[in-house]
Amino acid sequence: MPPEAGVAGLPAARRRMPPWVATAALLLPSYAWLTLAVLLPLAAMFAFSFLHATPLGNKPVVWTLEQYRAFYDQPYLLGVAWASLSIGLWTTGICAVVGFAAALALVRATAGRARETLLILVLLPFWTNGLVRVFSWTMVIREGGFLDTFVRWFWPSAPSLGFLYTTPAIVLGLVHGYLPYMVLTCYIALLSIDEAVIEAAQSLGARWWTVLFKILVPLAAPGLVTGAILIFVPVIGAFMEPRILGGRVGVTMGTVIEDQFTQAFNWPLGSALAFTMLAVVLAVFATFSGVLRRSAAT
Amino acid sequence: MIKIARLFLALVLVFLYLPIVVMAAMGFNASPLYALPFDFTTHWYQELAGNGRLIEAGWNSIWLAVLTSVIATALGTLAALALWRRTFRGRSILRILLLPPIAIPWLITGTAMLVFFFWTGIGRGLHAMLIGHVALAIPYVVLVVGTGLQTLRADLEEAAMSLGSTPIHAFFRVTLPLLLPSIVGAALFAFAVSLDQFVISYFLSVPGMTTLPVEIYSAIRKGFTPEINAISTILLVASMIVILGFARFARPGGIGERS
Repeated sequence: MPPEAGVAGLPAARRRMPPWVATAALLLPSYAWLTLAVLLPLAAMFAFSFLHATPLGNKPVVWTLEQYRAFYDQPYLLGVAWASLSIGLWTTGICAVVGFAAALALVRATAGRARETLLILVLLPFWTNGLVRVFSWTMVIREGGFLDTFVRWFWPSAPSLGFLYTTPAIVLGLVHGYLPYMVLTCYIALLSIDEAVIEAAQSLGARWWTVLFKILVPLAAPGLVTGAILIFVPVIGAFMEPRILGGRVGVTMGTVIEDQFTQAFNWPLGSALAFTMLAVVLAVFATFSGVLRRSAAT
Repeated sequence: MIKIARLFLALVLVFLYLPIVVMAAMGFNASPLYALPFDFTTHWYQELAGNGRLIEAGWNSIWLAVLTSVIATALGTLAALALWRRTFRGRSILRILLLPPIAIPWLITGTAMLVFFFWTGIGRGLHAMLIGHVALAIPYVVLVVGTGLQTLRADLEEAAMSLGSTPIHAFFRVTLPLLLPSIVGAALFAFAVSLDQFVISYFLSVPGMTTLPVEIYSAIRKGFTPEINAISTILLVASMIVILGFARFARPGGIGERS
């Protein structure tokens, strides 16, 4: 790497070499690394998804489209896909409602240093280990866990409320994990709303729900949509949360794909399922990038 | 209305922190079955000190995070200088190419790495994890340093040079010191990304060469013991400290700036 690297378009540097050389030298290490570690692996996986079987040993390489027929050949996968989708929708929906409300409360009911501290407190758990946070929920919602103990303080003979190893437990863990995203994106969107718009509406007699649904929600829509994408995409690929919080009911597309790579060693099927999921993810991005651009334009 | 809003915020914070607090408290409770009443002990932490597997995995995690942080910060800072200080064709495409490691579910990236590293003979293990972690951290470094560069005026460097400073001199004496908070912040962020990374490490680990999150995961799947609570608490506190350090150096995404 040339030491001139850090300098932008300067006469001295230009005299010694064309500027694109330095630009390329600055960019090459990062992009070579990304190519080796992310782009080539994705391309290789795409190729694997057209194979008949994992090319181990001396098995002949047979190209086929059969892996993409999996949903047709193994109908139980449709049920799994539906389970993943509904977990994704529930998680995203709950995060949207709670996250928007929390962001609104931050913007309208706090200020200054208190607001800054509260925001950091909301975001802090997000950057800690997700696995540990999922594990911590098992302490609360297992039978005889914290939730049961707490309820039995007031009602000693209460039946167990523990719901570990159920679908709601998975959704709870995922909401806990991804809520901070929604708070942050809605917070940024709500901050940019002009106070005068709200005051004008109120002075014209608008009640709070009119202000909420006719002004705040539409104007903060880009934040809501961004947050929803940021949550939905990782959630439908989740496998660790369903495994720990869902136990035997926790079969999702994420866990099925994981199984193909760690248990069944059916890499072509796993690759095909992963790329089917990636297609869904890209479709979500494509659908909503249009919405976002339109709302940014108006 | 304001009171309800504040109460709601308090409830959200309880929701976010309650399980973590319960989990941490159980690491100091004597009962191996998490039974109450609470009986304070440091027994599980002492047990941990004698658990060679977890200690080794812990050191692996720390070294991996340090190396990831150093490499990703060095490479990412260079790329950020090009992406934010130079104009060239294809710049927007290169910026978009930073997104896949962030936006594609880790499950897909991780399994893709597994397939590719196996196929090319790179194999699995700590070296493979390092390749993966650095790739995940580079986009974050580029974005954090790039944000720092955006707020830094380019004309300061030009002023230094018009006063006779050489480009290298100007970079090291003007740009770099001003950019240092962003770079330190990015390094801490990269450290945290690696320290907390589980999915990719999971697919690239081999028995005997694992990281702390991978060991914690296999321990949880075997059954809960307060020892897991103890090690989880340590990991949690460590990443919280690193992230607060990051927030101190590089104020991320203008948070609180406009208030």
